[in-house]
Amino acid sequence: MVELTLPKNSQIRTGKTWPKPAGATNLREYKIYRWSPDDGQNPSIDTYFVDADDCGPMVLDALLWIKNNIDPTLTLRRSCREGICGSCAMNIDGSNTLACTKGADDITGAVKIYPLPHMPVVKDLVPDLTVPYAQLTSIEPYLKTVSPEPAKEWLQSHEDRQKLDGLYECILCFCCQTSCPSYWWNGDRYLGPAVLLQAYRWLIDSRDEATGERLDNLEDPFRLYRCHTIMNCAQTCPKGLNPAKAIAEIKKMMVERHV
Amino acid sequence: MVELRTPLRKVRGLGSTRSGTSHFWAVRVTSVALVPLSLFVIGLLLSLAGTSFLEARATLANPLIFVPVILFILISLEHMRLGMQEVVSDYIHSELLKVALMMLNSFFAVLIGATCVFSLLKIAFGG
Repeated sequence: MVELTLPKNSQIRTGKTWPKPAGATNLREYKIYRWSPDDGQNPSIDTYFVDADDCGPMVLDALLWIKNNIDPTLTLRRSCREGICGSCAMNIDGSNTLACTKGADDITGAVKIYPLPHMPVVKDLVPDLTVPYAQLTSIEPYLKTVSPEPAKEWLQSHEDRQKLDGLYECILCFCCQTSCPSYWWNGDRYLGPAVLLQAYRWLIDSRDEATGERLDNLEDPFRLYRCHTIMNCAQTCPKGLNPAKAIAEIKKMMVERHV
Repeated sequence: MVELRTPLRKVRGLGSTRSGTSHFWAVRVTSVALVPLSLFVIGLLLSLAGTSFLEARATLANPLIFVPVILFILISLEHMRLGMQEVVSDYIHSELLKVALMMLNSFFAVLIGATCVFSLLKIAFGG
């Protein structure tokens, strides 16, 4: 059933307000979700003050500044710090995005940071993405062919290559996946926008020879048809992609072979 | 309890049903059909406002009026049934409740449909 309230052990308390850094004149307030599996406590929102003059412009810079200067226990994933690895996906100022490409100046008031919504939390801002990864594995995101392999590469026309634009750029940060209400309610059976965008990337690839089997595996009231074009996915994608359109294209392919 | 099943095993579950497109297509077909039918019925109701029972009955007995009205009712009910089925699939996760609601949804649509058909026939042709 739809969960409109948080279970008792997930209800969020007001947490600690950490002291302001001494001598700083340009302070920025951060309210950050904290939860640890080790202490048996409910999650809490801790308040930190960052010296904006001593810190880079992005939200990730501030998080690392907090980790280095105030509270080393603050836990988050990050790697490339330039929007290509997808590790630092989190909910910032009410929408899912990458901390490394979100400028703190784009946000008014305190910067509120939560982990990606409706995923189990490992610790603090680190969500457990085991299920989305398994869903990605289930659509077999790689070239599948039967014909004998050519001596060099599989060739593709310029027009066919262009069909992959807007799809290949996906970095699998799962911002869209975890912004989708259909995925919140039926994430165990609905594949979700990120995985369906990947599925379409292989369906539309002119070199792939498994299009029919791929469609067979997607044609399901839950795997594909839980998408009700809510469009949160396209709204939130930090790379500006449109998973909803990719899903609509899959539905069009389904109708094309059905009608 | 320790989880011993792999995530992929859970995601693959009982497999793809290889269906769902008929449902998706039926929702689209009924929507398109309802555009002219709804406009027709709204126009009819406006034109019938203020007329006497006998005049309204004579209008409905005209096959060019009766057929679109009955189609409007039946197609709307099918569209409603398909839509409500989606709502149940989205939000109801208990298997027992889900199956019961799916059945009730179909029974409800058929019951309303039969009642409407009977009523319209009685109005148009009843003595």
